[in-house]
Amino acid sequence: MLNKRRVLTLLVPFIIFIIGAIFLATPLLKGSDPSKLDSALIGQAVPEFTLQDIYDADKQYDASIFKGQKMLLNVWATWCPTCYAEHTYLNKLAKQGLYIVGMNYKDDRKKAIRWLKDLNDPYKISLFDKSGMLGMDLGVYGAPETFFIDSNGIIQYRHVGDLNDKVWNDKLLAIYEDMQ
Amino acid sequence: MIQLNKVNKLLPLLLAACMILFSHTSQAAIDTFEFENAQQEKTFHELTKLLRCPKCQNQNIADSNAELAKDLRNKTYELVKQGQSKDQVVDYMVARFGNFVRYDPPVTPATIFLWLGPLLFIIFGLLVLIRQIKKQPAKANNLDDQEQQKLQQLLKQHAKDTKS
Repeated sequence: MLNKRRVLTLLVPFIIFIIGAIFLATPLLKGSDPSKLDSALIGQAVPEFTLQDIYDADKQYDASIFKGQKMLLNVWATWCPTCYAEHTYLNKLAKQGLYIVGMNYKDDRKKAIRWLKDLNDPYKISLFDKSGMLGMDLGVYGAPETFFIDSNGIIQYRHVGDLNDKVWNDKLLAIYEDMQ
Repeated sequence: MIQLNKVNKLLPLLLAACMILFSHTSQAAIDTFEFENAQQEKTFHELTKLLRCPKCQNQNIADSNAELAKDLRNKTYELVKQGQSKDQVVDYMVARFGNFVRYDPPVTPATIFLWLGPLLFIIFGLLVLIRQIKKQPAKANNLDDQEQQKLQQLLKQHAKDTKS
């Protein structure tokens, strides 16, 4: 009896070690990347803004464009190599009928227009955020980022990094289809 | 000999040129901000040390050269100049970038362990220690009558031996 208790007491550090190991190993095995942060805006409406159209400086948009149907908001720039890699996939999604709004982030208008002409334009609306004003309000910390916005204009998810077949089918498609 | 002289004269110039050229990169992170009063300047410097750059994750926005850190410094400057308090600026950043942006995390259900963990550890250690201490005297008095007598005999014997 006494011996049994002794063994149990001695096992305590081992058990603590196992709990610690599981705690540290789960994120590693799940492959979660600590550089990918959850958005602080999930469950909130897209912040108010006024931005120009990328093609036409006289045309202006505000947050009302995000209401009425579910859509993606893709943040991109010509200085961002991953955005280049992602662009083909955006074209593919647009062809499937997804409503994608583009936000050109801290970029040069001419370069951006040339990019869209050369690589095709998957965006229904293209916003031009030269100063990064909307980017700041959305908590954008790198490009590309893609926000999932439901028909009420509420942000449901943010994906950091490029969109591709794997991540879309493994994870994002389900999130998109769950949105109203 | 003349050529060598020339090189000798050129060398300081060359060094100076190098210093000017390369000093540029190290100065990139130091922007010049002007403040109306010392309090605002102090608040600004405290904030840039407290706010963490989301892009370059292990640096605060004062240290980082990243484009985003520059934007955050500018925004912080703008807000401080508008007369916003330290808490207001931190709230502004947390609303956009989440608690990740703070180097001084708030107490939430997810972080409570950071405060309680060490405390629980110390309490647990103390409890174990107290239990051990309580156990010890009980062990010393574990002798029955016969053993007790024998012990007294041995002690007497020992006392005699040392006297003689």
